[in-house]
Amino acid sequence: MDAIMLQEKLVERLLCPRVRTSRQKEKQYVGFATLPNQVHRKSVKKGFDFTLMVAGESGMGKSTLVNSLFLTDLYKDRKLLNAEERINQTVEIIKHTVDIEEKGVKLKLTIVDTPGFGDAVNNNECWKPITDYIDQQFEQYFRDESGLNRKNIQDNRVHCCLYFIPPFGHGLRPVDVEFMKALHEKVNVVPLIAKADCLTPSEIKKLKDRVRDEIERFGIKVYQFPECDSDEDEEFKQLDKELKECCPFAVIGSNTVVEARGQRVRGRLYPWGIVEVENQSHCDFVKLRNILIRSHMHDLKDVTCDMHYENYRAQCIQDMTSKLTQDNRMESPIPMLPQSTPDVETDRLIKMKDEELARMQEMLNKMQQQIHDGKDQ
Amino acid sequence: VATVGLFYVGIDAILEQMRRKAMKQGFELNIMIVGQSGLGKSTLMNTLFKSKVSRKSVVSTPEERIPKTIEIKSISHDIEEKGVRMKLTVIDTPGFGDHINNENCWQPIMKFINDQYEQYLQEEINIDRKKRIPDSRVHCCMYFIPPTGHCLRPLDVEFMSRLSKVVNIVPVIAKADTLTLEERDFFKQTIREELRANGIDVYPQKEFDEDSDDRMINDKIREMIPFAVVGSNQEYQVNGKRLLGRKTKWGTIEVENIAHCEFAHLRDLLIRTHMQNIKDITSSIHYEVYRVRRLNETNGQPNAQPPNTLVNPQQANGVAAQHQVLTHEM
Repeated sequence: MDAIMLQEKLVERLLCPRVRTSRQKEKQYVGFATLPNQVHRKSVKKGFDFTLMVAGESGMGKSTLVNSLFLTDLYKDRKLLNAEERINQTVEIIKHTVDIEEKGVKLKLTIVDTPGFGDAVNNNECWKPITDYIDQQFEQYFRDESGLNRKNIQDNRVHCCLYFIPPFGHGLRPVDVEFMKALHEKVNVVPLIAKADCLTPSEIKKLKDRVRDEIERFGIKVYQFPECDSDEDEEFKQLDKELKECCPFAVIGSNTVVEARGQRVRGRLYPWGIVEVENQSHCDFVKLRNILIRSHMHDLKDVTCDMHYENYRAQCIQDMTSKLTQDNRMESPIPMLPQSTPDVETDRLIKMKDEELARMQEMLNKMQQQIHDGKDQ
Repeated sequence: VATVGLFYVGIDAILEQMRRKAMKQGFELNIMIVGQSGLGKSTLMNTLFKSKVSRKSVVSTPEERIPKTIEIKSISHDIEEKGVRMKLTVIDTPGFGDHINNENCWQPIMKFINDQYEQYLQEEINIDRKKRIPDSRVHCCMYFIPPTGHCLRPLDVEFMSRLSKVVNIVPVIAKADTLTLEERDFFKQTIREELRANGIDVYPQKEFDEDSDDRMINDKIREMIPFAVVGSNQEYQVNGKRLLGRKTKWGTIEVENIAHCEFAHLRDLLIRTHMQNIKDITSSIHYEVYRVRRLNETNGQPNAQPPNTLVNPQQANGVAAQHQVLTHEM
């Protein structure tokens, strides 16, 4: 914090040029150590945004968990459908946006809910509306990023998807596996064991081991926490190790506040005892919250931008260029190189790349033109 | 707005996450220095960054010849302070303004700046692009005005007029120890008037002030520029302290003393408070203007030579319409 104060002081001094103040302390330094704080200042002004998707069958406690995580009350006007009403329901995508402010930091949180997922009798491809939604956000961002006015691009890409696994079974069900595999290359998937208060500690351990095993066996790429820096202290490394071994997190949520051990806490009151959401020996809620918000929010966003989005973009461009090739019956941009001297080969590759770029640019321009025309109508 | 419950979510922790990432990655800063030879440009750079960052310090036997054409020489250094790492690149332009006929001496410089934008653009539109595109764009161009005490010269006006449209220009009065305080104030006032009269927008540009806080601070800065600076690599003993300065028979000029010269203000502005802002304006405004122009004029052939036409930026919605961009001749 003192770096911010230093900056304020400097600005002050800039505004009152004739005042002589003691400069002893800062003399030795050039002063660019304030850079992270200059960036930080800008971000505080602008605020942050984060999009979280929740997926899983009805009744897994998704809404309750979201409310517990962000201390919000997002679902008070919700009407729950009964079984009959659910027969013809398709998977919907519903967005809730809420602005949260804490200690001067503003967060625009978007929760993407997926009611109807896995609720039908026949759940074939019930994840399609969800993957479509994620792709649409990527596409929107791609257009905006390639467009002419990039001043206020809205980032609606999904940064993280919490997937709720029911605690009642013996591990992953086919729908769980298929869903996660459909999404693992588009979004950061964080699997959770829902309603963990119906399991004893040993049952939880068994279930976690089973799920972890199955995740590996089926090749599901869930979100990986980045490796610790080698220069971190031992305590941090130990915490990090515990965190990684705890996945998937077994969570409990609550909308109500109860009295436990002389304190008011979020919890669930049973005749046999009180489950405290924030008690680490009761469930992994605190670990999840720490990961999601306090330590890895930025990394979740980075992985979305640097990996999932870039993959989408590269794929999109390739699809566009191959489509163009088909339309125009031109030579394929990915040639089979015949045996030739290195110079000719390099030249050819360069020429190929140039043509590729040109076609891609043309496609982008066409897209922009379409948007432009669309706007005029 | 949500009803926040009993406890604390912890979203402010994202600032710390960002900070850690920035510290790990380090920062980049590219400064260009332009002015006739002998105005103390290299010395000033070394003084600003408290280390031998200029071209002259790196070359073992610095040649004092004036090159036949303007050269653009970049030197990069990795410097570190309090755990913050920065890759500083100083771009020198020897030969500028040194010839008999200085017509079009701004051209190679304009070309260099646009080439950096072009390089960034090419990487950005690449299919397989780097996670963090290396930023060689010129963030700030320090223009050295000789301390004549009268007014700007035609060369100064020509250069700043053209370049202020593509890069952040920070004009400084070089070797200000030849001006008394009254002469200095008069000179600065004249310069400010001439800049205004010629429509030259130097940093901090009025149209890019984001909010009233910014405007208040920047208005104050705009009343103080151009900063009158003195640079020095030598330390002298003054009142029991070792200070950077220039020793003459009539006294010692202390570089970091704001009663003597405005070096400290320049340093504070450039490095301690507005460095990030300077970079942001380069990337979100100057670069975007370049990008829009390129996407419009080349019409799908990003590798083609841009034609010699004046493009109206109002075609692109939202781009600052006052920013009439002149083309550069290749």
